[in-house]
Amino acid sequence: MDPKRKSNLIVSIASGKGGTGKTTVSASLACVWKKPVLAVDLDVEEPNLHLFLNPEISHQEKIYLETPVVDESKCTLCRMCSDLCQFQAIKVMGETLLTFTEMCHGCGGCLAICPEKALSPGQRELGILSQGSSLGKISFLMGSLRVGEAMSPPLMTIVKKRMMEILGKERADAIIDAPPGVSCPAVCAVMDSDLIILVTEPTPFGFHDFRLAWESFSSMGKPMAVVINRAGLGDSSVYRFCDEKKLPILASIPYDRNIAQAYSKGQVVARLSPELEHKFSDLARELQGYDREAAYA
Amino acid sequence: MSRIAVTSEGPTLKDMVDPRFGRAGGFVLVDPETMEHEYVDNGQSQAMAHGAGIQAAQVIADSGAKVVLTGYVGPKAFQALRATGIKVVQNLDNMSVGEAVEKYKSGHVDYASHPNK
Ligand code: SF4
Ligand code: SF4
Repeated sequence: MDPKRKSNLIVSIASGKGGTGKTTVSASLACVWKKPVLAVDLDVEEPNLHLFLNPEISHQEKIYLETPVVDESKCTLCRMCSDLCQFQAIKVMGETLLTFTEMCHGCGGCLAICPEKALSPGQRELGILSQGSSLGKISFLMGSLRVGEAMSPPLMTIVKKRMMEILGKERADAIIDAPPGVSCPAVCAVMDSDLIILVTEPTPFGFHDFRLAWESFSSMGKPMAVVINRAGLGDSSVYRFCDEKKLPILASIPYDRNIAQAYSKGQVVARLSPELEHKFSDLARELQGYDREAAYA
Repeated sequence: MSRIAVTSEGPTLKDMVDPRFGRAGGFVLVDPETMEHEYVDNGQSQAMAHGAGIQAAQVIADSGAKVVLTGYVGPKAFQALRATGIKVVQNLDNMSVGEAVEKYKSGHVDYASHPNK
């Protein structure tokens, strides 16, 4: 653990598929969190945490990736850059050096290796980083991917870097709304957190995706816990699995039409009734007191 | 006449045209006059997660072929082939490599101006 931020807890809210209520859980937790908290939307392809938290945005900036630009008069077509690039983003074709900017990961390798200094840094816009605050007490941070941009991890990495800077200054905890799924962006979102909360529905489909998420995240060796949404639906397979794998079920949110309606209107579920507020407060307390060492045991 | 490259499922003129460009099994390079041919494996591009089409385009460029006969070409590979002046004939799947070359020689083909995938 990084000693600099020992006092900051980072909790990721993830799910194997979209539509499980991951974002409403994230928003609810942020609302009832006792300590200063930073709510981070890392679901950059479809950010929607702001719809629940209605933050006031005080700062926005465009984020760019550094990609190579070729000076043809200097290039000798030696292919050192194209042999290096794993992503086929720079290629010698016949007598020309082509760049495929949209495939570049911005590693800078080609710029460093070119013996003729024929490459210079250019830019590809990745998206927008927004910062603000909600209800006067929740700090808010969001990445939104540019429409047409195919890669989320580079933007997510920059948002996470900003998150760490804020945590370093504010002594706040962070709640990350992670992208759904089990692929590279989902792993990228949760990999710096102290604790991963998997939100799932107890239906057969829900269980299938939940299990995939558990499989792909468990290799990171981070403590995981479960929140069940729409409890009362489906069957017992999620419960049995959690029992078998010793995954704590921290809360279950009942299946209820009022909740579903509130959700579709962008209301924070924790604010719906005193009961739900209690549920989330208990959950928040449990997470805040989460003993990291014990969780690994 | 310079050689033409045909995406192929195997090394001979009797093998079927592989409809995929980037992930083709390989390329049969054919001299359309003598029908002499040689096979270039595309295994390296086939295994790539990304950019298989671009890698395959480079294999073609390096082979010196000026025309590609295939089924479908993706946008990036198309861009790469075009930048090198290599012409592309698409929609030649469901036939053998030899048949594709004959069709090309008969002139009953169009050079593609856009990728079809
Ligand atoms: S910066 Fe990295 S990914 Fe981009 S073209 Fe250069 S080597 Fe490839
Ligand atoms: S390494 Fe430099 S000189 Fe060599 S092909 Fe790339 S850009 Fe051209």
